Amino acid sequence: MTLAIFAFGGLAAVSVVSAILMVANRNPVRSALALVANFLVLAVFYLTLSAEFIAAVQVIVYAGAIMVLFLFVIMLLNLGSPEALKERGGLQAPIAAVLALIFFSILGAAGALGTALPKSQATHATLNTGGTAETIGRALFDPNQPWLFPFEVTSILLLMGIVGAIVLAKRRI
Amino acid sequence: MVIQNYSLGPIDLASIIPYVAMGTILGFILLIVPFVIWFERVVIALMQDRLGPNRVGPRGLLQTIADGVKLFFKEDLEPAAVDRSLYYMAPVLALIPALAAGAALPFASISLRMADGSVKSLPLVAGNVNIGILFILALSSLQVYGIVLAGWASNNKYSLLGGLRSSAQMISYELPMSLAILTGILMSGSLNLVDVVNSQAGSILDWNFFKLNPATGFFFPLGLIAGMIYLVAMVAETNRAPFDLPEAESELIAGFHTEYSSMKFAMFFMGEYASMLVVSGIATALWFGGWHAPFDFVLWNWIPGGIWFLAKLTFFIGVYVWLRATLPRLRYDALMNIGWKRLLPLSIVVLFAVATVDAFFFTKDTPAAISAPATPPSGTLTPMAAPGGGQ
Repeated sequence: MTLAIFAFGGLAAVSVVSAILMVANRNPVRSALALVANFLVLAVFYLTLSAEFIAAVQVIVYAGAIMVLFLFVIMLLNLGSPEALKERGGLQAPIAAVLALIFFSILGAAGALGTALPKSQATHATLNTGGTAETIGRALFDPNQPWLFPFEVTSILLLMGIVGAIVLAKRRI
Repeated sequence: MVIQNYSLGPIDLASIIPYVAMGTILGFILLIVPFVIWFERVVIALMQDRLGPNRVGPRGLLQTIADGVKLFFKEDLEPAAVDRSLYYMAPVLALIPALAAGAALPFASISLRMADGSVKSLPLVAGNVNIGILFILALSSLQVYGIVLAGWASNNKYSLLGGLRSSAQMISYELPMSLAILTGILMSGSLNLVDVVNSQAGSILDWNFFKLNPATGFFFPLGLIAGMIYLVAMVAETNRAPFDLPEAESELIAGFHTEYSSMKFAMFFMGEYASMLVVSGIATALWFGGWHAPFDFVLWNWIPGGIWFLAKLTFFIGVYVWLRATLPRLRYDALMNIGWKRLLPLSIVVLFAVATVDAFFFTKDTPAAISAPATPPSGTLTPMAAPGGGQ
């Protein structure tokens, strides 16, 4: 139990620090790398919750594919120097502060900041089967489950994204 | 060969197998790399009708070790205006994912006689996880960072070009590779590499690469096509000839590792060969039956499984060397065309065909454990209760 809390504390610290570094860094490449670190810690969080399939997919899709594309674009457009993306003050910081305040007050109103959180009902049996590819596949594709329709809608959304990207990039094919 | 499951108090042989496997695979990858390099140099020399390394040790066998010692004592150069922390981190990032990916690679199986007299067959693998192949894919997708960051951090335009090429190339070839792996998974019915290997038990015709279609009884070359796609993509993923665009020495000096010297260069070198070994190991486990002998009768199946795995691994390393000695480097647009216009559509078609054959011609006997829970275990995948609802 205590070991689990120490592990969680360490992971949480790394994730918060990497998130702050991602926003605060002047250098876009380092920001991207901090985001990669954040994604990796998130994957480890999934692992500690016995969601191993999601953890692997998290690393493959976000850290392995999307962030590589980010880095590729940053390097291709030569935005790597710290001065390339300098932002002038503006209203961003105060708006962000207000939004953060609203977010935390919602969390507090919902009782997520106290200690009286509901305990997990998971047993060893549910943990062993809960995060496997098979359970997730059954939940997504079984018509008796409520997730088939959202899954289909999401895939159509992704298809629209792909078609839109092609239309934008190649006006005449 | 059955080994008695010796036990010493609470520790028995079965419980230390993961640790033994971890030590073996790590030690193997790290120690075999010099000999793989020697093998490559000697074989290429023979193919090009010259002598190759022949001064240090018998048949030049110790040449790579001498080179390693030389690299170790070389001056550690650091060019001006590099991004220091990233410059030093890049070689580590190139080596570590390759070593870590070996953790999910099963390379042999061992039969133990348990205390109650039953014989249990246990795989030699550090982490027998049920997402084994996804774990390896995840780690191999992280490998590109080492090369990209090396290219960017060393403040050199040739390095940057190498890093850019590498990121584009590895993203492009990851797609056909993943789809080919998915095809193999579909043929074996599991993400766990141990189960994948066990599903290929029997003779050479049970390997996913040569698998016959039991429903129709004719040779169905889908596994062959998907396996070939994997083999091409794995060469591209490890940046080896003829896909070694990121370090093309005739155009980019040495590409992403131009500015690296001494042990940092050696780590890139190690990382490349370690990832070669790992992707060859996946090819062996996924397509070529892992530790199973090609023929399941006497003399062939007397040879231990680990030896067969090693033999298959050696074959793939040989293919790497053979390709390097015979094929010229691809032009960059040709590389992209092959990846996106040939391999990707072909791998999608093969995946679709295998899925169709699976769905219509095979009647799979689902184990009771799989078919029993029609609803997922409560509390894990049901819609999340409102906060405070659990009280």
